[in-house]
Amino acid sequence: MRNKKRWNRRTRVLFYTVFMVALLSAAYLAGLLIPEDAVASDFMNAKLPPSFEHPFGTDSLGRDLFLRTLKGLSVSITVGISASFISAVIAVLVGVAAAVGSKRLDGVICWIIDLFMGIPHTVLVLLISFALGRGLKGLLVGIAVTHWTSLARVVRGEVLQLRSCQFVAVSRRLGKSSGWILRNHLLPHLLPQFFVGLILMFPHAILHEASISFLGYGLSPEQPAIGIILSESMKYLSAGLWWPAVFPGLTLVLMVLLIDKLGDNLKRILDPYSAQE
Amino acid sequence: MKERLFRLGSALAVEILKMLSLLLAVSIIAFALVSASPVDPVQQYILGIGPVSEEQRAEIEEYWGVDDPPVERYLNWLSSLLKGDLGVSSLYRRPVGDIIGERFANSLALMLCAWLFSGGIGFALGCVMGINRDRWPDRIIKKICYLLSSVPTFWLGLLLLLIFSVWLQWLPVGFSSPIGVLDSEVHLWQRLYHLILPALTLSLASFANIALHTRQKLIDVMENEYVLFARARGEGKGTILRRHGLRNILLPALTLQFGSFAELFGGSVLAENVFSYPGLGSAVAEAGLNSDIPLLLGITLFSALFVCVGNLIADLLYRVVDPRIREAKR
Repeated sequence: MRNKKRWNRRTRVLFYTVFMVALLSAAYLAGLLIPEDAVASDFMNAKLPPSFEHPFGTDSLGRDLFLRTLKGLSVSITVGISASFISAVIAVLVGVAAAVGSKRLDGVICWIIDLFMGIPHTVLVLLISFALGRGLKGLLVGIAVTHWTSLARVVRGEVLQLRSCQFVAVSRRLGKSSGWILRNHLLPHLLPQFFVGLILMFPHAILHEASISFLGYGLSPEQPAIGIILSESMKYLSAGLWWPAVFPGLTLVLMVLLIDKLGDNLKRILDPYSAQE
Repeated sequence: MKERLFRLGSALAVEILKMLSLLLAVSIIAFALVSASPVDPVQQYILGIGPVSEEQRAEIEEYWGVDDPPVERYLNWLSSLLKGDLGVSSLYRRPVGDIIGERFANSLALMLCAWLFSGGIGFALGCVMGINRDRWPDRIIKKICYLLSSVPTFWLGLLLLLIFSVWLQWLPVGFSSPIGVLDSEVHLWQRLYHLILPALTLSLASFANIALHTRQKLIDVMENEYVLFARARGEGKGTILRRHGLRNILLPALTLQFGSFAELFGGSVLAENVFSYPGLGSAVAEAGLNSDIPLLLGITLFSALFVCVGNLIADLLYRVVDPRIREAKR
C-alpha cells in the first residue's frame, strides 16, 4: 500500500484504465464464453445459498447466479458502451452545430434540449422501447437518445467560449478557413470533452439499462441481465432468498463505481485546470 | 412596483407559451412513437374485453380510426384531449383522466415526502460538508453521496425491503394500504405506514445531488473576501454560515430542487414498482407492458406537464426572490 501512496495521479489513472479495460473485457468475454448450458436450469440445485461451488448461490430454477450475473454484466457493458458512444457523438454534433450555426439554429437546438429534458428519462425510454417493440434495440435507442442533452450543453458552452478566444480571432484574421480553425483550434479542446463525457455517461447508461430491464422492458425474461435477475428475485424475497437480490446488485454497483472513478481521474488528467488539484 | 409586476407577468406569459410549445411537441412525439409501435391497439383492446362480433370489431376500429392517416388520428386525439377527454384505458376499462387523477394523488404523497425529505437532509448535509471542507465530516458524507448516486434506485428499494420488511418485519412489503380492507376504512396512519419505505427509497436516491451542489456553492461563498473579513472580525463558523452562507446558497438549492422534478418522477417509477405502490409510476410501466395506449399517452403528457411546472416555478422563483436578477433587467 505504501507504494500506491507514492503513485502520482498519472500513474493512478493508467492503473485504473488498464484495470478497467481488463475488467470490462474479462466480463465481456465471460458473457460470450460461458456456454448456455452452464446457466441452464437444474432443479436439483435450486435455491442454494452461496457456497464454494456457487459463489452467489443459485436461483429458484437452480441456475448459477454468479455465471448469470457475469453474463448480465456483459450485456450491460455492450448496451452501456454503444448507447453512451452514440449519445456522445450526438452531443458533440448538436453542441457544435448550436454554437457555430445561426442564432435561430441555436434557439431551435436549445428548445429541443429543453424538450428532451422535459420528459422524465425513464418515461421516455419506456415509450421508445414500446415503440420499437421492446427488446435490446428499443433499450439501446432509448438510452442513446436520452443521455446526450447535458453533454451537448457543455460542448455548446465550450465552443462558444473558444470562438471568442483571441487565438481563434487571430487565426481568422490571418485568413485561415473555418475548417482549419475547427481542426486545429476546436477539435483539440473538444476531444477530451468527448472522451470524458463518454466515460461519465457510461455508468448512467448502465444504471438506466438495469432499471429498464427491471421494469420488464429490456431483454426477454430468459436472457441474463442484472435487471431481470433482480426483478425475479423480488418474488422470492419474502421467502427469505436474499442472495439473488444482494449479490447481482452489488456487482453492478461495484462496476458503476469503478467506471465513475476512472472517468473522474481521466477528467482530471485531461483538464489542465484541475490536473494539479 | 407596478412596472415590476408587469415585467413578471410578461416573463410568465413567455414561459407559459414556451411550456405550451414543449407540451405540444411532447404530444406529437409521444403519439408518433406509439403509432410506430408494432402493437395493434385494436387487437389489444379486444383481447381485454373477450370475443367480439364483426360489427363490434368494426365499431372499435372506427373508434380508433384505424383506416385514417396518422395525422388525422393525431388531430382527433388532440381535439378530444383539449376537451378534457383522454380516452378509455384498455387495461382498467375506465377513463384515463380518472385513473391519472386518482393515481397522481398517491404519487404526489410519495413524491412530496421524498422531495421535502431529500431537500431538507441534502441541504443540511451540504452545509455541513461546505463548512468542514476537506475535514472528516466532509470526506465521509461526500463518499456516501457518491456511493448513493451509483446505486440504482430499484436496488436500494430491494435492499430496504429485505432489511425492514423481511428481516426485521417492521414495515409492510408493499401496497399503499392493507390488503382486504376497503379504501374508505384505511386510516391515515396506515397510509403513512405504507408510504415510509417507498418515500425513504426515493429520498435516498435523490438527496446526493442537492447535497453535493450545496457543498460546492457554500465552498464558493466561503472563498469570498467578505467571508475572510467576517472571520477577521472574529465571527464563528455558525455566524458566518447564517449571515453570509445561507442567503447565498438557499436560492440555487431551491431552484435545483424545483428543477429536479424529472428525476423525481423517474425515480418514483422505479420505487413504486418495487413496492407495488399504486401511483402513476407503476401505472405507466403496466400501461406499456400491456399496450394500453391511451393510458401510456396520458401519463407521458402528464409527466411532461409535471416537469414543466417544476421548471416554471424554479424560473419564477429566481425572478421574484433574487434581487440581482430582479433589479438587473430594469
